Amino acid sequence: MDLSWMTWTAPTALFFGAIGTVLTLMAGLYFLRPNGAEPRPGLFFKLATTRGDRLFISLLGSAFIHLAWLGATGYDLKWAAAISLVYAAIVFRWG
Amino acid sequence: MQKAHDHKALWLVAPALLLVAFTAVIPLMTVVNYSVQDTFGNNQFFWVGAEWYREILRSDRFHAAFLRQIAFSATILAIEIPLGLAIALSMPKKGLGVSVCLVLMALPLLIPWNVVGTIWQIFARVDIGLLGHTLSGLGIDFNYTQNAGAAWVTLIIMDVWHWTSLVVLLCYAGLVAIPPAYYQAARIDGASRWAIFRYIELPKMSRVLLIAVLLRFMDSFMIYTEPFVVTGGGPGNATTFLSVDLVKMAIGQFDLGPAAAMSVIYFLIVILVSWAFYTIMTRDDFEQYRRSQ
Repeated sequence: MDLSWMTWTAPTALFFGAIGTVLTLMAGLYFLRPNGAEPRPGLFFKLATTRGDRLFISLLGSAFIHLAWLGATGYDLKWAAAISLVYAAIVFRWG
Repeated sequence: MQKAHDHKALWLVAPALLLVAFTAVIPLMTVVNYSVQDTFGNNQFFWVGAEWYREILRSDRFHAAFLRQIAFSATILAIEIPLGLAIALSMPKKGLGVSVCLVLMALPLLIPWNVVGTIWQIFARVDIGLLGHTLSGLGIDFNYTQNAGAAWVTLIIMDVWHWTSLVVLLCYAGLVAIPPAYYQAARIDGASRWAIFRYIELPKMSRVLLIAVLLRFMDSFMIYTEPFVVTGGGPGNATTFLSVDLVKMAIGQFDLGPAAAMSVIYFLIVILVSWAFYTIMTRDDFEQYRRSQ
């Protein structure tokens, strides 16, 4: 199958591969530990979130952290990635 | 009560997932791939990393288009939601009038976007359009091809004419779904018309109202065809919204990389707003779910 029209690059393939892997893991976790799919109240705005919600909030928030970093600073994106990881950890623990 | 987990249900959504993969996910992946590369034609691409994102996020052109888009959506919501609610409240609840009103309300929704644009482009013209000619006759300088204010007024009135019906139909559906017992109880308590609206109708319509707000926000935030047909983004850049600017960049200038980066940013903003609305809409569901446990 010719996928050259999609103009794949190694970093973007890695990025989508990582997201695909995380989604597969989450699906597997749903079968192994279905209780995580039940909503629980979080600390932020008293939002009730499931495990999937927390992943979504982490990914979306990380995207905006990267955009804000790019727009506001000229520094390396590795710092934005580090902030995103901390943010995702907070969301999964307390969000 | 232990909730049952039926994994078989997951297979039922598989066809929809497959369809979404082909129509949305694969094109989105391609756009992301474009957004990190530059091309000089001949199907040759060069890696540029986050450069296009940096350029777009710091560009005055993007900021201006984004602010115009936000201003347009906010204005649309501020007019269409109260107006739609007021019309729905004043519509008859039974008799022949119901069918007549529903058909009248549905008519603007049946007209394709480009036709609506063409209708209003002609309607607002000073030389042959009824609206433009009348306003001009009243001494009002209304020329949407030269005056930014007139262009905005034309687009806003056009959108209100086209889409308020959707809000009306949603609110009306919410209103007629309220059981008569609520009104009977309010009558017994001697509730005023305002009290009935505030404590019965508005809470009962909250879900449909949020759907209306979400739909109207998303539609107005992604509006393209009508402003393109009526004003083409002008005069100057006065009505160049994000979508119009995006198409200019991608097709007019053939700047695929920056246009792809702008598309991804646009997409993320749409997702964020949709998620915010969805969260607000389903917030009460969790409380009900918790009480049922």
